[in-house]
Amino acid sequence: MSGAKEIRSKIKSIKNTQKITKAMEMVAASKMRKAQDRMTATRPYAEKMRNVICHLSHAHAEIKHPFMIEREIKRVGYIVVTSDRGLCGGLNVNLFKKTLADMIAHDEQGIEIDVVAIGRKAVEYFKRRGANVVAQASHLGDTPHIDELIGTVKVMLDAFAEGDIDALYMVSNDFVNTMTQTATIAKILPVAGPADDQLKHHWDYIYEPDSKEILDSLLMRFVESQVYQGVVENIACEMSARMIAMKSATDNAGDIISDLETMYNKARQAAITQEISEIVAGAAAV
Amino acid sequence: MLIQVDIVSSEAEIWSGSVAMVFAPGEMGELGIAPRHAPLITRLKPGEVRILDELDNETSFFISGGILEVQPHLVTILADTAIRAEHLDEVAALEAKQRAEETMANRASAMDYARAKAELAELAAMVETIKKIRKRKA
Repeated sequence: MSGAKEIRSKIKSIKNTQKITKAMEMVAASKMRKAQDRMTATRPYAEKMRNVICHLSHAHAEIKHPFMIEREIKRVGYIVVTSDRGLCGGLNVNLFKKTLADMIAHDEQGIEIDVVAIGRKAVEYFKRRGANVVAQASHLGDTPHIDELIGTVKVMLDAFAEGDIDALYMVSNDFVNTMTQTATIAKILPVAGPADDQLKHHWDYIYEPDSKEILDSLLMRFVESQVYQGVVENIACEMSARMIAMKSATDNAGDIISDLETMYNKARQAAITQEISEIVAGAAAV
Repeated sequence: MLIQVDIVSSEAEIWSGSVAMVFAPGEMGELGIAPRHAPLITRLKPGEVRILDELDNETSFFISGGILEVQPHLVTILADTAIRAEHLDEVAALEAKQRAEETMANRASAMDYARAKAELAELAAMVETIKKIRKRKA
């Protein structure tokens, strides 16, 4: 068989690929751990924020901030959070699938859609698809800071405040565990008030400067922190998805290599057998 | 008598514990908060937050603004990590919009949901097939 040399070079190239995927797997694993730490570090803020908002809405039920009022939906906004880079399995595809299903449901009701794209994959996808992208942010890196998101979120907050959109959703991946990430759609605006409407004892805060302004900045930070948390969580998802994808790529490369090695040995043996039979035949002829 | 203080920022928990007194740079002036202070909520200016424990040891943190909430036995400081100002936010929003406008200028056509759906179905089918092949191999 003539293929022995070709098979050998193929094995070599697959071995190189395997080295790369193995390295990527290990890098993703270490980044995942850091991303997970960051994810847990951002939780207390959102929790405390929710507590304050809860206290606040108990304090004076009569004043309602526009961000807390449900209204008839004519136009909705989506904040779609994806990764900047690929090679992370079906992570982004699953997210787009979920987003699209929800968008189609809205579209069929005649509701218009605005999109904020966070992450390069989302930007590219919605550009190709031709969605109405009103703001975008990408290249946030592995350690995003909230100030990189303020502007992007503000576009949607302003649109909501001015009545351009009537609801705001965020689509991002939920980190369940290393093996599982689920794409989820969460409603961000209007902010859901606390469920119980029963009258507690009457008390109120001292507001400095006044309640409207305080609520304004509080709710703005609340939404920002939710989006920020979504982004941080998405990074943890990206890293673990990449780790899994690269692990299976490494395993697959191993399978292919062992197949090719068998093939190579067979080819080598066939060549030897042929040579011997040629020699034997030659000797017999003499 | 002590008061529980939690200082958190959006990126990390900064400090948490029981103290005798907290000082914070309120927007309308410096605030000193002792236990059983009346409920109060205010914005903070960039500056120093100081806490005094029962032994009069002082610890201080710099914060770049935020929100302070006081309940009789609980003080929560939601610290900002970014410098906030109305005009700065405005600039950031404009930048985000501009980036999007560039994308929009280059987009192929208006959103065609039917086509997008078909394309995604194709991708999903591809993933399914790969899974099946892998299973057969195993």
